Parts: sequence; structure tokens; C-alpha cells
Amino acid sequence: AVNAQNGAKWVALLEKVATHQDTDAFTELFDHFAPRVKGFLMKSGADHAVAEECAQDVMVTVWKKAAQFDPARASVATWIFTIARNRRIDMLRRDRRPEPEDLTWGPEAEPDQLDVMSLQQESELLISAIASLPEKQRVMIERAYFGDLTHSEIADETGLPLGTIKSRIRLALERLRHSLS
Amino acid sequence: MITHHLSDKLLMAYSAGTLPEAFNLAVATHIAMCDECRARLASYDALGGAVLEGIADDSATISAPSLAATLSRIKAQEPMERPYAAATTTQPAEGWTLPEPLRSYVGGDIEAVKWRSVGGGVRQALIPTSENATARLLYIPAGSAVPDHGHHGMELTLVLQGAFADEEDCFSRGDIEIADEGTEHQPVAQAGLDCICLAVTDAPLKFRGLLPRLAQPFLGI
Ligand SMILES: [Zn+2]
Ligand SMILES: [Zn+2]
Repeated sequence: AVNAQNGAKWVALLEKVATHQDTDAFTELFDHFAPRVKGFLMKSGADHAVAEECAQDVMVTVWKKAAQFDPARASVATWIFTIARNRRIDMLRRDRRPEPEDLTWGPEAEPDQLDVMSLQQESELLISAIASLPEKQRVMIERAYFGDLTHSEIADETGLPLGTIKSRIRLALERLRHSLS
Repeated sequence: MITHHLSDKLLMAYSAGTLPEAFNLAVATHIAMCDECRARLASYDALGGAVLEGIADDSATISAPSLAATLSRIKAQEPMERPYAAATTTQPAEGWTLPEPLRSYVGGDIEAVKWRSVGGGVRQALIPTSENATARLLYIPAGSAVPDHGHHGMELTLVLQGAFADEEDCFSRGDIEIADEGTEHQPVAQAGLDCICLAVTDAPLKFRGLLPRLAQPFLGI
């Protein structure tokens, strides 16, 4: 069952890790996310031992980079997904994945709390929307993220409910651009 | 104003981390110039987060000593990384012809490119990536044409300077053209600035004229 409060809970725990090196908060995050990261890597083709080792790497990175997490632009689950994806790319040693230069908040320009709240809520709604998709469509999306589909095999019309979360992210980006200029 | 954007397929595959390196380079370079696609990409990352969240607890359990092992690794590590410094809050696309990450691949801005002439005033520079796809910079003098061609696979053309037009449309800085099997076109650089593009293909192009076909091994495209 999806709880609209979950997103805010993970953000608060991650902030405790970032500001107080709080191992209890980290343990809660670990208990929830480490098995999921391991599952993600196994569904991407890693065996049990490699997946467990890499899931530990991912959680070490979560600890180290906790202060760089931006709750106005991503949920904790999304942020951990990107770390796990990058770990999988390193693991496969096939194709490098360069990234655009990041846009980050300066020290004086903290993210707007309203942006944070609505983004976290939208992320929880997206989780329940994916869970309630027709089986066939949900499986197609999962296979794409597990690395089981090439770009040409991905459906042209994904019909995914991404509209509102995209507008939230867009708004946060605009505020960020504004604070930079 | 950018009017030609990345497709949903490409954004999803980039988010999933399953594209060839050359395609990743074109996608990332477009996003550096385009906040619309930056926000769309973040929404595809959110989809990845939802997929991760949806992996049921019972489908993967982590062994009991794993938490202790992770905590002891954390204690042995160097200090945590600090928040990004204000110095990194640059506006990436401005002031450079080549935005990051393309600039790092070239080793500098446009002056650092080692061009090779391929005839008709057109120049190119191959950018080393994994062999699953090919990336190259193209320099097309204003008013000149790229040889008429079709495609075996997918071709992405991202404009970095000037503009080009083909039978369908016009593309200027930041615009990306996505051509596939069904596309047969002859891009022509517009008058004014010489046109510089990043072109990425996952299969060799099919040239129609006899001369370009003979030249294909030399062009390496
Ligand atoms: Zn775009
Ligand atoms: Zn073409």
C-alpha cells in the first residue's frame, strides 16, 4: 500500500544522515532500500553475490552523497535509483553514460519547501499509478528499466502518467534558474 | 528557442542507462541546452524510482550481515561529500559552442576540434566512444549540403552552431533531428553562420549517389 507520507519520511531520514551522520536513520533507509536495490540488480542480470556486493556499494554512496540530494527535484527512491543505475553501468563496463552538467542550488538559495512537498507527493502518486497500470504495460516499463529492452524496442506511445510530475520538476528548475541569475 | 526535442523512447532508455555511449553523449548534450527535456528526463528518472520502489520485499532479501558490513565500510571511508559548492552553479550552455559533456569528450571548446576534410567543404571529426554506435562532429559551410542519404538504423543530429534544413524542417542551435530507417534526406546548411552538428548513428548511412558510396570507407560513416 502506498502512503502519501512515505516520501517525506525518507527525505527526513536522509537529511538526518546528511546533517548528523545519523546511523539509526541510515539503518531505516537501508532496511527499505537495500533489498530493492539488490532486487533491481538481480533483475538486471547480476547473480546473488554480485547484487548484494553492489547493493552495499550503492548504500555507501547514499551515505557519502546524502548532502547532495535535492528534495525539490527527486524523491529518495528516484535518487537511489539513479545511483543503482550508475552502479549497474560500471558493473557491465560497456557503455559510458555522460551526463549534462548539473544545476545545483547555491548555499543561500535553499529549495522552496512548497516545491519539496509537492514533488514528494507527486512521486508517491506516480508509484501508485505505476502499480495500477495494466499488467502488460507495467511489465514493459519494468523490463525497460531492468535493461531488458533496447531503445528501439521501447513503445512509441508509452501512455505514462508523467505530466504532473514533469510540471513540478519544471517549476523547480525555473525557480533554480531564477535564483542563479 | 528549441523546437525539436528528444523522443520519449530515447529519454526512457537514457534514464534506464541502456543506450550506446554515443547516443548518451547526444542526449546529455541536448539536455545541457534544454530545460524542457531536463524536466522530462527527471520525470523518467522518477519512473525508475517508482519501479525500484515497486520491487516487492519478498523478491529480494538482503543477508543479515550486510548492514553491519555496510556500516563498517562507511566508518572506514573518508568524510562525507559536502553539498555542491556555489562555484559549480554555472549556467552550462552559455558562452560555449560545445556544452558539457561534449566539451570534455573533445578536450576543449570548438577550437580544440581536429577536423578532417571529407570533400565539398564539409569537415568532420570522429569522437571516440564505445563501438556500439558512432559519434562525430560535422562542419558544413553555410549554404553547403551533406550528401543525400538514407539510414540503416537511427541517426541523431544535434545542432551546435548555425542551422540546417532538410526536406521536412529547419533545425537550429539546440534542436535535435531524429532520423530512422524511413528517413531519406539531404540536409543543407542555412545561409549565415557555418553549421556545426553532433551526428550519432548506430549503423552506417546509405548514400544514394555513386561518389559518396565510394567515399564511404574513407568517411567512416
Ligand atoms: Zn529538448
Ligand atoms: Zn541523416
